[in-house]
Amino acid sequence: MKPARTSLRTWLLTDTPASPRQAALGRAYRRWRRFSSNPLSMLGLAILLLLIVVAAIGPMLVAQDPLQQVLAERLTPPGAAHWFGTDQLGRDILSRLVYGSRLTLAIAMLVVVLVVPVGLAIGTVAGYCGGIVDTALMRVTDVALAFPKIVLALAFAAALGPGVLNAVIALSITAWPPYARLARAESLRLARADYIHAARLQGASHPRILLRYIVPLCSSSVIVRATLDMAGIILAVAGLGFLGLGAQPPSPEWGYMVASGRNVLLDAWWVATIPGLAILAVSLAFNLLGDGLRDVFDPRHGG
Amino acid sequence: MSAVTFIERVRAMSAHRDGVRIGLALAHWIAMLVITFTGLLAITFFIGRKIPIDPVLAILGDRASASAYAAARLRLGLDKPLIDQFVIYARDVLHGNLGVSLLTANPVIDDIKRVFPATLELATLSTFIGIAIGVPLGVAAAVKHNRIVDHIARVIGLAGSSVPVFWLALMGLLLFYARLHWVSGPGRIDPVYDGMVDTRTGSLLIDSIMAGEWDVFRNAFSHIALPASVLAFYSIAYLSRMTRSFMLEQLSQEYVTTARAKGLPERRVIWRHAFGNIAVPLLTVIALAYSYLLEGSVLTEIVFAWPGIGSYLTGALLNADMNAVLGSTLVIGATFIALNLLTDALYRVFDPRTR
Amino acid sequence: MSDVLAQIDGLEVAFAGHDGVLVPAVRGVSLTVRRGERLGIVGESGSGKSLTGRALLGLLPPEAKWSAKALRFEDRDLLAMRPQERRRLCGTRMSMILQDPKYSLNPVMTVAQQMRETFVRQGVRESRRALRERIVAALEAVHIRDPQRVADAYPHELSGGMGQRVMIAMMVSAGPRLLIADEPTSALDVLVSMQVLAVLDEMIERHDTGLVFISHDLPLVMSFCDRVAVMYGGRVVETCAARDLVHATHPYTRGLLEANPPLDNPPDELPTLRRDPAWLDEGTTR
Repeated sequence: MKPARTSLRTWLLTDTPASPRQAALGRAYRRWRRFSSNPLSMLGLAILLLLIVVAAIGPMLVAQDPLQQVLAERLTPPGAAHWFGTDQLGRDILSRLVYGSRLTLAIAMLVVVLVVPVGLAIGTVAGYCGGIVDTALMRVTDVALAFPKIVLALAFAAALGPGVLNAVIALSITAWPPYARLARAESLRLARADYIHAARLQGASHPRILLRYIVPLCSSSVIVRATLDMAGIILAVAGLGFLGLGAQPPSPEWGYMVASGRNVLLDAWWVATIPGLAILAVSLAFNLLGDGLRDVFDPRHGG
Repeated sequence: MSAVTFIERVRAMSAHRDGVRIGLALAHWIAMLVITFTGLLAITFFIGRKIPIDPVLAILGDRASASAYAAARLRLGLDKPLIDQFVIYARDVLHGNLGVSLLTANPVIDDIKRVFPATLELATLSTFIGIAIGVPLGVAAAVKHNRIVDHIARVIGLAGSSVPVFWLALMGLLLFYARLHWVSGPGRIDPVYDGMVDTRTGSLLIDSIMAGEWDVFRNAFSHIALPASVLAFYSIAYLSRMTRSFMLEQLSQEYVTTARAKGLPERRVIWRHAFGNIAVPLLTVIALAYSYLLEGSVLTEIVFAWPGIGSYLTGALLNADMNAVLGSTLVIGATFIALNLLTDALYRVFDPRTR
Repeated sequence: MSDVLAQIDGLEVAFAGHDGVLVPAVRGVSLTVRRGERLGIVGESGSGKSLTGRALLGLLPPEAKWSAKALRFEDRDLLAMRPQERRRLCGTRMSMILQDPKYSLNPVMTVAQQMRETFVRQGVRESRRALRERIVAALEAVHIRDPQRVADAYPHELSGGMGQRVMIAMMVSAGPRLLIADEPTSALDVLVSMQVLAVLDEMIERHDTGLVFISHDLPLVMSFCDRVAVMYGGRVVETCAARDLVHATHPYTRGLLEANPPLDNPPDELPTLRRDPAWLDEGTTR
């Protein structure tokens, strides 16, 4: 087995790749090596993979029903029967956490999926077109950046009513400006490049250049930013849930679980503490992953 | 830079060419202020009038009498075109009329005047702690790059962006209040001391010192200690991370080598030269940190029953008190915007390179 | 009292790459500078010449891993000194001027503030007004025409040539025993460069300062210095007197010399430098 393995490695790491695919694979392999040499980044990746696995198949593995109230077993501390204890309605916290992981993941992904394309679109158009288009779009972005995120999300939720979708909309409205800024900075830099001019000379239309050239080149920094932002979005979603504005009971949304543990905090600490730890773990994982990715894509970043 | 040199510089800048440039910059800044604030007004208007199915019900609640309903409808101008409605709304706001709260039956502006100082006191104290600990930590982490201090700073920075603030607040209450009894519990002051001290600055701590009421001060302090520490944690994380990043960038610059080649003691190289170059960006970061704390207070005050604008907003939310919600949003939003634009202005005034 | 001002023996400097592997930048360099002598160090980017100069002053970047068999200045062992003692030598007996005054001067301090700091460091105990006069006098000595205005200016308001003169006024006017000039004219155009060098020449002559002139410009170094050391790949490949350089034997040096073809009798084909990998493994000597 050894000779085949080393020859694959040499093939990937060669200084003279024979095809674009080989070069791309080689670059991806090098990046993976750098990423995996950092134990913290791998920890972040591990936690996220665990989250995905739990969200995907966890509900099938968990024995207890997250919605089932067994009042006789209210507020049992963590132990053999209930690994993370039960809440004041006798519901098993572990299974609620597992089911809630789907909500957390779904909401965070939804926000990112909404926000990144919009921000990218605005930013790349602004940077590429320059002039008055740039100024106008950037003013709008600046204005949007100056608003307080959580407070605006609260106001929106107040008007739209509580619920997952409304929470997503509310957060998305204030989350796009950083991506617009980022994309603009990158595309400003790239729009002056010679190969863009060459593409224009060859007859490429503006939309084609934007989509096929500029957007892919911005993508690495956008990916890094999005990963780091996810941590904040998870916290914001949990915050909204804490205030009762996210998924409604009896949905096992993690932020709401923490809130419901407030009243029994002094006697049954696990009801509020454990869901909070879960939020912490996921947020931390995104931060670690994002730091690792930034290190790989942009090693100049200080220290 | 001393006050004298500052004044001399301003006078020197009044030379015609510079004067025009400054005038333009000022006009630009004011334009941004107006546009951003109008944007905020537009958003709150939109939330209040356009999103609810029946904006009058949203404002009056569903138990209003028919005549009150009709009067409100007229007042809001709901039969007029959108632009007119917005103008009416904007005019009201600029005159300080934010409507009447459903819950307290007071004008919202009066409610906010009552509660905002509590939030400001909390945010200010937390920011002071954040600066006092976070900035030196960041400098130390940059100077002793990749050593223990640096790793500690990075862990704190990581924690500051991963720990949910409402959860940390609860854990703080659990540990320091319930188990260790180191601090007082929720609330700003024990009921027995409430009202004992005249409100002069809005800060209970300062007011009680000014009145010489040491018992009140001690009690107020033991109530603010925990919420301020929780918020300060995030301040420290953010400020130390920014300071470290700025300092690392400066320490690799050539002028630092020159300063060392001059034989200056390392302390002077770090503080007078490197830190001197980040002082202005750091000020803007501090202003931003303050604005983040205002936001963080929304989630924290409810945990500590701290009677600030955060509690007011969340209470209004739970009771569907639309005027109060929007009024609070406007005030917090306006403060946020003002701080953001202030940082922009600070940068332009103080950095010699941007002149 | 020996004639030797500074001595470097067996200097090695390396940096750790991302995977922890040490990448050597200076590999066993040995040089000597005599009192009042001008030594030129010539090499391309990455040859390690800048690091060699900085090592002597103890100004290597903190992430550099270095060692030396001996490092001496005025008969004192620099390796045995405590860092504070070593730092104290800088600014008084050893000094350095850097390449680009836009970056090597503190952007948020005026020229006067930075020069005052230097004078105070050198032990001048005078009133503010007297210090101001000293600053203006120093600026005049480097032929700056409007010293009062320049003194109150910020570095970004000065042209390249003026900035370098300020550098010289600040770092050389106190008459250090040894000056390291790290590419002092590389950021300037030819005419300004000549003016700055004239000022530098004057300063060094006046104080009998020993000079280490680091540059990538061989003809310039040949005309300005007494002795030249050619560095390649972190090693010194040739050292000789400046006037003997035209008879240099090492192929790299010959290549550098030929890279400046004469204008009056130009060759038909421009010569290119072919690097022999064997040069990287040669030992340092002389």
